[in-house]
Amino acid sequence: METKQNFAAYWRMNLTYVVILLSIWFLVSYVCGILLADALSHIYFGGFRLGFWFANQGSEVVFVILIFVYVKLMNNLDKRFDVEEK
Amino acid sequence: MGILAWTWIIVGLSFSLYISIAIWAKAKTTGDFYVAERRVPPVLNGMATGADWMSAASFISMAGLISFMGRDGAMYLMGWTGGYVLLAMLLAPYLRKYGKFTVPMFVGERYYSNAARVVAVLCAIFVSFTYVAGQMRGVGIVFSRFLEVSINTGVIIGMAIVFFYAVLGGMKGITYTQVAQYCVLIVAYMLPAIFISIMLTGNPIPQLGFGSSLSEGGQQLLGTTGGYLLDKLDLLQQDLGFKAYTGAGAKSTIDVFMITFALMVGTAGLPHIIIRFFTTPTIRGARASAGWALFFIALLYTTAPAVASFARFNLLLSVNNKAYEQAPQWIKNWSKTGLIAWKDKNGDGKIQYAPGNAFAGKIAFAKTPDGQMEIGPYGEQVVSTPQTPIETSRNELYVDQDIMVLANPEIARLPNWVVALVAAGGLAAALSTAAGLLLVIAAALSHDLIKSILAPSTSEKMELVYARIGAGLAVLVAGYFGIHPPGFVAQVVAFAFGLAASSFFPLIIMGIFWKRATKEGAIAGMICGILFTAIYIIYFKFINPELNNAAHWLWGISPEGIGTIGMLINFIVMFVVSKITKEPPQEVQRMVESLRYPRTI
Repeated sequence: METKQNFAAYWRMNLTYVVILLSIWFLVSYVCGILLADALSHIYFGGFRLGFWFANQGSEVVFVILIFVYVKLMNNLDKRFDVEEK
Repeated sequence: MGILAWTWIIVGLSFSLYISIAIWAKAKTTGDFYVAERRVPPVLNGMATGADWMSAASFISMAGLISFMGRDGAMYLMGWTGGYVLLAMLLAPYLRKYGKFTVPMFVGERYYSNAARVVAVLCAIFVSFTYVAGQMRGVGIVFSRFLEVSINTGVIIGMAIVFFYAVLGGMKGITYTQVAQYCVLIVAYMLPAIFISIMLTGNPIPQLGFGSSLSEGGQQLLGTTGGYLLDKLDLLQQDLGFKAYTGAGAKSTIDVFMITFALMVGTAGLPHIIIRFFTTPTIRGARASAGWALFFIALLYTTAPAVASFARFNLLLSVNNKAYEQAPQWIKNWSKTGLIAWKDKNGDGKIQYAPGNAFAGKIAFAKTPDGQMEIGPYGEQVVSTPQTPIETSRNELYVDQDIMVLANPEIARLPNWVVALVAAGGLAAALSTAAGLLLVIAAALSHDLIKSILAPSTSEKMELVYARIGAGLAVLVAGYFGIHPPGFVAQVVAFAFGLAASSFFPLIIMGIFWKRATKEGAIAGMICGILFTAIYIIYFKFINPELNNAAHWLWGISPEGIGTIGMLINFIVMFVVSKITKEPPQEVQRMVESLRYPRTI
């Protein structure tokens, strides 16, 4: 019984991570790169207008970071709940 | 040495490399053929996924599209990378845990139904063919310009090569060939971008270069004044009557939003990408591979917008208002392939470049009675397509979007070997993707149809034979579509995404995250989703192309973005139908439960 609860907690943590990380995913691409792109374009970032930069490069850089953060978090979680592959 | 000689050398060398790898990695078992015996380390799998993923559309067309679309073009950049986040978190680890060969197989078992499996097989084949057509066309374009053969001959050469290593090596051969192809294509893409970035801005990193100010050398080269490159580009565009390059483009916000979403979800649902995550040794490996894949992809995808703005900048400055006879050599080279065309509308002998289409419809050239190309007074090939009325556009120049990357080194007057390298890179990109897709088709036919449904007693040896025959047939069909293409390379590819988004993605997500999803729900959802999407696309693209504009679209969503709605329909139908049908058998629910934990329990 105890293991069963542990598994449920593991799954809940996994889903929490995913929800948080996907919110950031949505924020950088759809919000900054599309919906607010015009508003952000008044801000300069070097020679880039910020909205344009998010749409062209910023989101992709954040995407890569998000996946590696997820990998790290999940590997730790696997260990903590002792469900890693043997 | 000329471009042609260099191209033969570099393309020849890269092809012998791929073929040697294919022979070395010849598949001996079905495990080899479908999933490379699950021995591919994450970093290599990431590279192979990158090559598998980055197609003719990414390599050849994407920068061109962005170049012509300005900020709207970012939907391709975000759309074609954002899906990997979904893949890494929602699909890859669970499918790797499932641990079989194909996506239809997962669908068949999860939804305890051969009917679901057959529908999934048909979707996989449909999506793969839509996609592979664009690849073969890309191969044809590269060959025709650089090896000076017709586009159709180019397609046939490409078919022969892919046939060889996909049929022989299966997944194992494809994987290691793709690693080599990734290396070729990334060097080929980055190198000219680095050179051009240094020439224009003095910054060797193209990703930063296009946000820098023009160097003195760059100003001299282009005959312009200093300032941030992007600001100059905005001004230049507006002077010629275009919209600002970095501002909102021609598309509505909702359309950009929907297309980006369809591309992301489509990426995550493309069978040839999903299948790559079956090849890693562990679940940890599957998660990490998605990260590496996106890392390798992002190298190219963050360079693409730089290439796009350099190309645009060059095009506007070096072409507009120049006498055709003094136009740069690349204009004339590319005119020979019919991908650039000019007609002197106002009779001044100069090229006028302005917004709008120069010609009404597909470009065609006039021929003399003895079958030669008719040559006009300035040495140009005479266009026989009717020009659009001068009141709607004074534009005289047609530039095919697909040539921007390939022509870029020539535009920047880089040495011939760089031009040849780019040709090799374009071929690597197209061939690696084509091979990955052919494998999906082969596996769908041999494993999901013949072995599992039609003739379960088939021996492994025979199954391997069927897989190879399937791959062979798929090459022939792909070649046919390459010779008779249904549209621009990138547009065709966009359809495959809409279809993947509206069929596979909801099916797999619900299969993993919702134990209660039933087979009736899955089949109904998939059929509604894909039918809606396909009918919408076919209606606007093939039946009533004259109605294909924002005024007639549903909520202003173009056929490219409609996959997002198709996906929602699929989700809703699947949810409702699952709720009112009998819950899935216990063993299926237990299987879904077990996917959630890496260890076997």
